Amino acid sequence: MDIKEFINNFAEQFDDLDAATLTPETEYMALDDWNSLVALSVIAMIDEEYDVTLKGNDIREAKTIEGLYNTVCQKM
Amino acid sequence: MAFIELKNVRIAGIAAGVPKRIEHTKDNPGISSEYDVDEFIKSTGVEQRRYDDIHTTSDLCCAAAERLIEDLGWDKNEIEALIFVTQSPDYLTPATACIVQDRLGLSKECYASEVELGCSGWVYGLSHVASLMTTGCIKKALLMAGDAKFIMPIPDPLASNAGTVTALEYEEGNEGFKFHFGTDGSGWDAIYIPDGGGRNGVSAKSLELEEVNGRMMCRLQSRMNGMDVFAFAISTAPKSIKKAMEHFGKTFDDIDYCILHQANLQIDEVIRGKLKLPEEKVPYSLRKFANTSSATIPITINTELRGKIENKRTRFVCCGFGIGLSWGTVIFDTENIVLSELVEI
Repeated sequence: MDIKEFINNFAEQFDDLDAATLTPETEYMALDDWNSLVALSVIAMIDEEYDVTLKGNDIREAKTIEGLYNTVCQKM
Repeated sequence: MAFIELKNVRIAGIAAGVPKRIEHTKDNPGISSEYDVDEFIKSTGVEQRRYDDIHTTSDLCCAAAERLIEDLGWDKNEIEALIFVTQSPDYLTPATACIVQDRLGLSKECYASEVELGCSGWVYGLSHVASLMTTGCIKKALLMAGDAKFIMPIPDPLASNAGTVTALEYEEGNEGFKFHFGTDGSGWDAIYIPDGGGRNGVSAKSLELEEVNGRMMCRLQSRMNGMDVFAFAISTAPKSIKKAMEHFGKTFDDIDYCILHQANLQIDEVIRGKLKLPEEKVPYSLRKFANTSSATIPITINTELRGKIENKRTRFVCCGFGIGLSWGTVIFDTENIVLSELVEI
């Protein structure tokens, strides 16, 4: 897997968010459209695409998309 | 591996009691400071819930039981065991099961006990009742399961009130129930009520409001770490179902219906996808009845399958998962099951 694909998968969890506006450094919890329902979709996407089960703390502590990507990589 | 097989017991009937009062999700625009009501409905699937602050779980269960006993034509004196599954008892002590024995007018020669579990509770309760009955010592028993009025109202529109009754009877040669169970107590605080038990007791602080997940609530109200529960549910429930099917040599082609705990639509749809089951095999009651804790599986069978399964042999796999963290899967067949009309009080 690569981070570009991860960013695209991440962006798809929002109703209307252009993946081009996201970078590895994006702090996702600061995004206008981020909320706890989107967080659940992100957890489901990571479970389905990467077969990794995250905890709530993983989402809260990773901060950036790259941080979350690294967390997923470590658990794969 | 907690696999258990209990033979010679069948489900004779299922009834469900709910409050008459309907609360429409759309009428609750201030559902959360984090998201709006349309997003909530899209994600959870919950369009309405049955909710009042009058009826306790035992009120709903007793109303359903009266109806089911009449529909089955059972004599109350023949009922020798009662298991009551709830996390919202009438009193902290004694066990609600004892109160219900008297209230329903069951014989004093009655085994009555409580199970304090939530989402997994109906499956666990079935194993308790079937264990008592499998040798034939007890011929007729009731399993009551549900949650309703708690010590403090629950502000979560996902939570709904219901009390169900499952009637079980001894039948020699019946294939009975095949179970898989699991527990992970490290997630005990994923869903919990902080105060009011022996650990924290009740103090003036218990009533102070604090913001939890975008809602104001006090320490006597149930709170949930949604992300942890979600991640647990979508990974553990499908595994438990697959383990049970494999262990007992069943395939999904053999199954007529897979009844999932009605956690929320998003969770249940992920599980259904992982099991590759078509929509028609996985009925949902959560749009109308929301998440009724240990009542979700029997209320789904009662309300969604009434008129469809009574006269034919039907094979189920059911999975309850959640608070505890606790989970259980059961495989069983029904034939000539009585599904009483919904009881609204």
